[in-house]
Amino acid sequence: MKHHQPGLLTLFLSVFKISAFTFGGGYVIVPLMRKRFSEELGWVQQEEMLDMIAIAQSAPGPIAVNTSILLGYRLLGIKGALVSVLGTALPPLIVLSLIGFFYEAFRQNKWIAALMNAMRAGVAAVIVDVVWTMAANIFKKKRLTPILLMLAAFTAVWFFKVNIILVLLSCGLIGFLDAWLRGGKEAQT
Amino acid sequence: MILLTLFWSFFQVGLFAFGGGLAALPLIRQQVVVIHSWLDMAAFTDLVTIAEMTPGPIALNAATFVGTRVAGLPGAVVATLGCITPSLIIVLILARVYQAWRDKAAFQGVLSGLRPAAVALIASAGMSILILALFGPGGHISLDSADWVAVGCFMLALLVLRKWKPSPILVMVGAGVLGAAVKLLLFG
Repeated sequence: MKHHQPGLLTLFLSVFKISAFTFGGGYVIVPLMRKRFSEELGWVQQEEMLDMIAIAQSAPGPIAVNTSILLGYRLLGIKGALVSVLGTALPPLIVLSLIGFFYEAFRQNKWIAALMNAMRAGVAAVIVDVVWTMAANIFKKKRLTPILLMLAAFTAVWFFKVNIILVLLSCGLIGFLDAWLRGGKEAQT
Repeated sequence: MILLTLFWSFFQVGLFAFGGGLAALPLIRQQVVVIHSWLDMAAFTDLVTIAEMTPGPIALNAATFVGTRVAGLPGAVVATLGCITPSLIIVLILARVYQAWRDKAAFQGVLSGLRPAAVALIASAGMSILILALFGPGGHISLDSADWVAVGCFMLALLVLRKWKPSPILVMVGAGVLGAAVKLLLFG
């Protein structure tokens, strides 16, 4: 089912639902946004969505908020950006202020604790699925630099705990140099 | 006055947190525990757990929680706004830059380096969550520490996702209900 015309209401409801049901923060929310807006709705191309995620990660602030702003702005201008960020921020505002008030009771309920724990396994499966698809897209291009960058960035962040900003800066610089060395004409293809 | 202070504190968190919600946590601790003493360290640890356990962006969860504890509902709204405002300004500028320059070869080069990095960062965050889900908060990977119910839920969820591509929200809630029911009903 593809809605070709981006609309404010669908945008709002989509980000609201993703923010309301997604456990695990920005790194889980962003892949879900990609799934919703590029696979299900077909409003944004895969490549462009990945650009937005990359930009969102390079800017300060919550990644989910940044991505929702970029997405909203791309689809429906400033209006879209505001609606999108509102949809992302409302669920935590509602849920967390309730928890803030009923904090003590919430912590001790064993059903809630068990549900939260078990949901993590589902969250992990969703991320693995998304990373699988995204990494497969990079491999499919059969270009050495992006594949090496991806593996090197993962090694740096996961095994050596290198600062994320440093990783992003280096990857951006290497990408720039790579395009420059290959010359303008090939970079445009 | 307290509302203004809250706004300004979380404005700084939003402005300096590079790398998402998890990177924001040390900055929030600085503001909330060290500078303003709104929470003690034990309450802050609970805050981290709750922010990670509840849906939504972790930084916004934390901002709302602190805001509620400090100044009720108005506090929650103000803290959230403070956290979002820097993003709104900076990201909108970046969005303009992206639209203007996206066809330039040099900018495409930078993006072609950032894209694989974005995948790597998500993969790395995914690994942390996977280990937490399957082996518990200790992060100790062994057959003894594995949570076999969680392992089962994970494999089943991944299989369903790859095979039928259903809504991820359905899969997460399904895994949660299934796992909790098996745990509490069969193992007490």
